[in-house]
Amino acid sequence: MKTKIIYRILSALVVLSSLVVWQGCKPKAPGSVTMGDAANKAFVPPGKYDEFYNIVSGGFNGQIGVYGIPSGRLFKILPVFSVFPESGYGYSEETKPMLNTSHGFVPWDDLHHIALSTTKGEHDGRWAFANANNTPRVARVSMKTFRTEEILEIPNSGGNHSSPFITENTEYLVAGTRFSIPMGNKDVPISSYKENFKGSISFIKVNPSDGKMNIAFQLRTPGFNYDLSRAGKGPSHGWFFFSCYNTEQAYTLLEVNASQKDKDFIMAVNWKKAEEYIAQGKGRIEKAKYAHNVYDESTHSATSTMQQEVTVLDVMEFPDIVYFIPCPKSPHGCDVDPSGEYIVGSGKLAAMMPVFSFTKIQKAIANKDYEGDFSGIPVIKYESALHGEVKKPGLGPLHTEFDDKGNAYTSMFVSSEIVKWNVKTLEVLDRVPTYYSIGHLSVPGGPTAKPHGKYVIAYNKITKDRYLPTGPELTQSAQIYDISGDKMQLILDFPTTGEPHYAEAIPASMVSPNSLKIYKLEENKHPYAAIGEGQAKVVRKGNEVHVSMTAIRSHLTPDNIEGVRMGDVVYFHLTNLEQDWDVPHGFAVKGNAGNAEILVMPGETQTLKWTPDEVGVIPFYCTDFCSALHQEMSGYIRVSPAGSNTPLKFSTGVIEDSNAGK
Amino acid sequence: MKPYLLIFLIGLLAIGCGQPTTTNESTAVAEPLGGGQSTVQDETSEPDVVRIAVGSPDHTTLVAALKSAKYVDALSNAGPFTVFAPTNAAFDKLPAGTVEGLLKPESAAALKNILEYHVYVGVIKEEYVQDGMTLNQVNLENVTLNKKDGKITVNGANVLGVAKASNGIVYIIDTVLLPK
Repeated sequence: MKTKIIYRILSALVVLSSLVVWQGCKPKAPGSVTMGDAANKAFVPPGKYDEFYNIVSGGFNGQIGVYGIPSGRLFKILPVFSVFPESGYGYSEETKPMLNTSHGFVPWDDLHHIALSTTKGEHDGRWAFANANNTPRVARVSMKTFRTEEILEIPNSGGNHSSPFITENTEYLVAGTRFSIPMGNKDVPISSYKENFKGSISFIKVNPSDGKMNIAFQLRTPGFNYDLSRAGKGPSHGWFFFSCYNTEQAYTLLEVNASQKDKDFIMAVNWKKAEEYIAQGKGRIEKAKYAHNVYDESTHSATSTMQQEVTVLDVMEFPDIVYFIPCPKSPHGCDVDPSGEYIVGSGKLAAMMPVFSFTKIQKAIANKDYEGDFSGIPVIKYESALHGEVKKPGLGPLHTEFDDKGNAYTSMFVSSEIVKWNVKTLEVLDRVPTYYSIGHLSVPGGPTAKPHGKYVIAYNKITKDRYLPTGPELTQSAQIYDISGDKMQLILDFPTTGEPHYAEAIPASMVSPNSLKIYKLEENKHPYAAIGEGQAKVVRKGNEVHVSMTAIRSHLTPDNIEGVRMGDVVYFHLTNLEQDWDVPHGFAVKGNAGNAEILVMPGETQTLKWTPDEVGVIPFYCTDFCSALHQEMSGYIRVSPAGSNTPLKFSTGVIEDSNAGK
Repeated sequence: MKPYLLIFLIGLLAIGCGQPTTTNESTAVAEPLGGGQSTVQDETSEPDVVRIAVGSPDHTTLVAALKSAKYVDALSNAGPFTVFAPTNAAFDKLPAGTVEGLLKPESAAALKNILEYHVYVGVIKEEYVQDGMTLNQVNLENVTLNKKDGKITVNGANVLGVAKASNGIVYIIDTVLLPK
């Protein structure tokens, strides 16, 4: 809907601009300088593709939004951690296991960050990873199907915020706990924080061939808050950097008590070293309970397996894995530049940003240039690790992305602006306002070794003076800035679904050629698939009635079903027989309490469960407008009283009554 | 919305006048497009720190300074802020000509530094103030709060009153805080 609105506005503007040309010249108005050629730069003509995909987290909607850049057009809402009645995600029997956790079925989460898979530090267009901030999980989304293929729960975590950042060859993605907790479900006083609370950082191994994830090991770390992270790359490959706050170890009124110290930490982790210790069997196996949910493309079904243990390395016992670097005032963003040499810490309460040097960090470690220790872990002297400080860049620095010319772009939440600065000279080069309260920002390829540059996209929280009011809450928004010149130029505002946190943008050419068009029917291994109308059937198993149904333009087979009784549970297993791109069929049955529809892709099978709650003849129909005869694509199911002996039968196109056609 | 569209349309008018559309003349936006957050019409919500200052006849100098330093939009934002707001009388205590000097374009950096010394990101309510507590202000320098017999001072300046804002808290003070 929103896409349509943007579209209409753009079309209207094109018409208007051509009218204006015809009116001839008038004196130059002051506004002309501010917008300039912006509309041209963001305009993607009807019938043309966008240059980039923008994979945008949806925050509290638990989904990912897929947009085009530079048009800002919304292409898809992709459900990850939240049920999505529109597609049946979390409602169909096949997708329900995706949302299983050690707590049971959790239908929602808070999705903050995206990591696109990389090879040699560069985008490879294979997967998008995302984190669940609330019930700690990570997900893997296929960039081929734009579907969630895998969800892995994270044990020993109080909230998965510093995640799912990845190493340069996607060897690992990390999951750092936002909140420290007493490990092992201990019943202890909250005031025993310093004594009992610990952090954990999980290293999740990603299988290079199919992307399957498993927790390789977990670092047990000092008890405070772990916020964001980035892996090293190039020379710093083998290291990971985490921002930490609340090193005061406060457990109440954090807004005051976690802001006492002038400096918190960036935690540098030598994960190659940790890997060595694990290989030497030095990890400790601990009992844990966490769900691992995998979607199988051939059975079109997810399975959920409960894992029972995790390997833990306590960094206090292996002090050469972890080092702390002091970083001013509750650092939030912790970003590594494309060369891998510079690590930018953004203290969200500081009006300066330290940039650390990987070379200097290594030298300081070699020389044991420490100012002390925290829980036995060495704290490197600030000056010894420091490349330099960006002085007064703006208020509330949060996150930094990079272009391909040695520049950095930092979002400033409090002063609502993007500040461009040179990574080596630390000189501020340009600043532009954002509207308002920018959180994350994204340069295509910005976190990789090879940024694609061209645009920076701001993700904003507040739009009071930008968009028509819609009651107490207004839309969140994104803004696109052209960064091809020396000066950043705002070229477009567009509204976003949910609340955008981090996002990545990738050239369309790296993704669109691989996009799946159909699931091949001959590869469909779903146990209830009907591969052809001849296989359609209705089978009773006790009080379960399994309908193997097919859909093709423009009928369902069977479309007449009788013999279902009150007390039965009906499973509609719908196979879409189409082998044609972009022809899904939907299916819904009247009065399906607690359930939604299913949307079935060409060649796929999905199952809708229905427990009839009244006697009668109940209609069902295709919900996705599929052809000119879509309205005809429907059927009836007869529900008889419990204990009745209406025979089980099913058909399509069979006319039994004597009055037919008269 | 309306002013934004107007600017947009005027911009298009300029394009129509044969202005080259591919030059780099279209520089960064200097002024907020659409007026800025501080201009949003909203008489219903609790006032933010800027509106509190604007609504106070005793703070016209501070408001002029905030406008001069282009801080009104930032302080209208989500915050949260603790703002120490010197009264007009507090500014009057400064040596003659100081305020006028600070409002000159060439003093922009000095003015910003002073204003940022009056702002802390975070809400410190009166009951959380402890005697001897320091706050690291937006300009990166510390102020010291003291509390004696329930009376709060900041760097020795007396707190004359406290106003709760939608995006923070305002301590009205009788002396301008000067960074080192």
